[in-house]
Amino acid sequence: MSRFSRYISKDNKMLFIPYITAGDPNADATVDLALMLESLGAHAIELGIPYSDPLADGPVIQKASIRALNSGMTLERAMSLVPIMREKGLKIPVIIFTYYNLLLQLGEEQFFKLAKNGDIDAVLVPDLPFEESCLLREKAKVHQIPLISLVAPTTSVERLKKIGEASEGFLYCVSSLGVTGVRDEFHPDVYHFLKNVKSACDLPIAVGFGISSYQQVEKLSPFCDGFIVGSVIVREVENRIDQLAKDDQRPLAVEEIKRTLSVKLFGPFEAPNQNKGTESTAYS
Amino acid sequence: MKQPNHLGRYGAFGGKFVPETLMYALEELEAALTDAMNDSEFLNLLQHTLKEYSGRPTPITPIKRLSAEIGGAQIYLKREDLNHTGAHKINNAIGQGLLAKRMGKQKIVAETGAGQHGVAAATVAAYLGLSCIVFMGKKDIERQSLNVFRMELLGAEVVAVESGSQTLKDATNEAIRYWVSHVDDTFYLIGSVVGPHPYPLMVRNFQRIIGEEAKEQMLSKTGKLPNAVCACVGGGSNAMGVFYPFLEDDVQLFGAEAGGKGTDTKEHAATLNKGRKGVIHGALTYLLQDDRGQILEPYSISAGLDYPGIGPEHAYLAEIGRAHYESITDDEAVKALQALCEKEGILPALESAHALALAFKKAQTMPPEQSILVCLSGRGDKDVQTIRKVLKEGGSHVSV
Repeated sequence: MSRFSRYISKDNKMLFIPYITAGDPNADATVDLALMLESLGAHAIELGIPYSDPLADGPVIQKASIRALNSGMTLERAMSLVPIMREKGLKIPVIIFTYYNLLLQLGEEQFFKLAKNGDIDAVLVPDLPFEESCLLREKAKVHQIPLISLVAPTTSVERLKKIGEASEGFLYCVSSLGVTGVRDEFHPDVYHFLKNVKSACDLPIAVGFGISSYQQVEKLSPFCDGFIVGSVIVREVENRIDQLAKDDQRPLAVEEIKRTLSVKLFGPFEAPNQNKGTESTAYS
Repeated sequence: MKQPNHLGRYGAFGGKFVPETLMYALEELEAALTDAMNDSEFLNLLQHTLKEYSGRPTPITPIKRLSAEIGGAQIYLKREDLNHTGAHKINNAIGQGLLAKRMGKQKIVAETGAGQHGVAAATVAAYLGLSCIVFMGKKDIERQSLNVFRMELLGAEVVAVESGSQTLKDATNEAIRYWVSHVDDTFYLIGSVVGPHPYPLMVRNFQRIIGEEAKEQMLSKTGKLPNAVCACVGGGSNAMGVFYPFLEDDVQLFGAEAGGKGTDTKEHAATLNKGRKGVIHGALTYLLQDDRGQILEPYSISAGLDYPGIGPEHAYLAEIGRAHYESITDDEAVKALQALCEKEGILPALESAHALALAFKKAQTMPPEQSILVCLSGRGDKDVQTIRKVLKEGGSHVSV
């Protein structure tokens, strides 16, 4: 059983999958933040690659991308951080979140080669819809690195079935129409949409875009197996950019982020303990 | 040569590289477009609107004095500058506006660089009674404040884009992000033959009237087709519009890319000559990018050519060698603009002046019994401030 399927399983509900932008504000901070997120109970980490034109992202992650690009982060460098995280004890799977052009310029074969060498577990490309993903999907299968698919409330039931059948890992359900970013309200059809997804595919389903509180997660929990949070974390990073950039102040800043996220995302619930590999207690 | 295929590919180029949320909207648009283009009622309404509202057909003007002075082939201008709002952009805006209305959408969203497409979109929205939001880079707003005021007069809301480099590519990103969030009731009116399928196909089909008219006009005026056609290329909508009807003919096709301060500098927008294959704004095409795939900010004196990508069909035509793309510098364009003013009494847009400059070069290599058709895509009133500034700073005086 792969590390990915060991952690990303319906049995580990609710799956907690946090996102951070690699290199925001620098490589060392990214490594420390990843370890912190595992200790907060993450079942996997989405490592975002900064891009000049992040179409699917809202202002918070756009700004993080600019900071990360300014720190010199690239797809290749970000992938090379994963072995450092592993050396420092990271056990959970790492998903590379990259826009397609970056992957294309590195070269798809080269990407999978580096992913294998770097102990990377999965890849997610937000601007590569199902129709355009066939070739990459085949390569991903050959290299046993799942290509995670996204579905949205605008995805038809027939499409859901088609995508569900061809996909691996988990299905990333976009909660609302729009880009990434914290929002108070989900798309009104979200629950109906999630029911459709559930009946259309057997994979674990995780909901992302706009999730920032345990109250929201509680509402979603009967309808899905996990949740993805990005902007709420990146905003906490943004609030402590200067401290995170300095070696002597970083540990305290990371600890503060952990405490803040714990209150926001888990509140009165116990954070999942993925290290036992057993069913967690959060939201159940 | 049936392009694009069912996946929206022109050879390897094109496609739909967008977030899943938009796939439904693109499918809906494709179905509505196919339906409309097969409906004679819609086509009649389109023809009628282009005639009564925009003043089509636009004429062909031979430039005899200038042709004689340059020597070589005779040059004819397709006068898209005589359209309502002063450029070819209105052809596409009318087409997409009528389609939006037919689809029952109440809101139009558009991106704009210099403001020409924004003005065309705002104009059509006013004409059809639709609301209109235009995204424009903060830097462009500062550079083109008159066009911002024009759009506001027309009732559009202009939103300043502060992300990224605050120019056209970021305005396009922001328009797409807005569209993703309001896909239920909003029609995205793209200004060029760029973006995900079916946009490049749709915009080409709304612009091909340029080439269709010109072909007939050249035949009746000269008794034959032109030997060559020249057009400027940013995203490439006027070029695709004038090229398309000539694709199967024995006519050379030349696109003029913005060479800016020279393609040996970093300040140009010569996408096909200096770019590499990649994905931008939903399409696989050529684009200006760094080694890692980060998109670079292009430069041109002409804001309408200042785009880091190019329509996928142009990338295809370049690859198969059916059309040839050369770069024209700021200086060459300004000189061509001055020459057309002084010898023919026509002030072209800086964009169109690139096509003109390339035509001058080509004419000199051709015999006088041959002819070149130039798509004069827009008028230059919008550029007088820029031109004045350039000439004051020591730009050249006319010398052809």
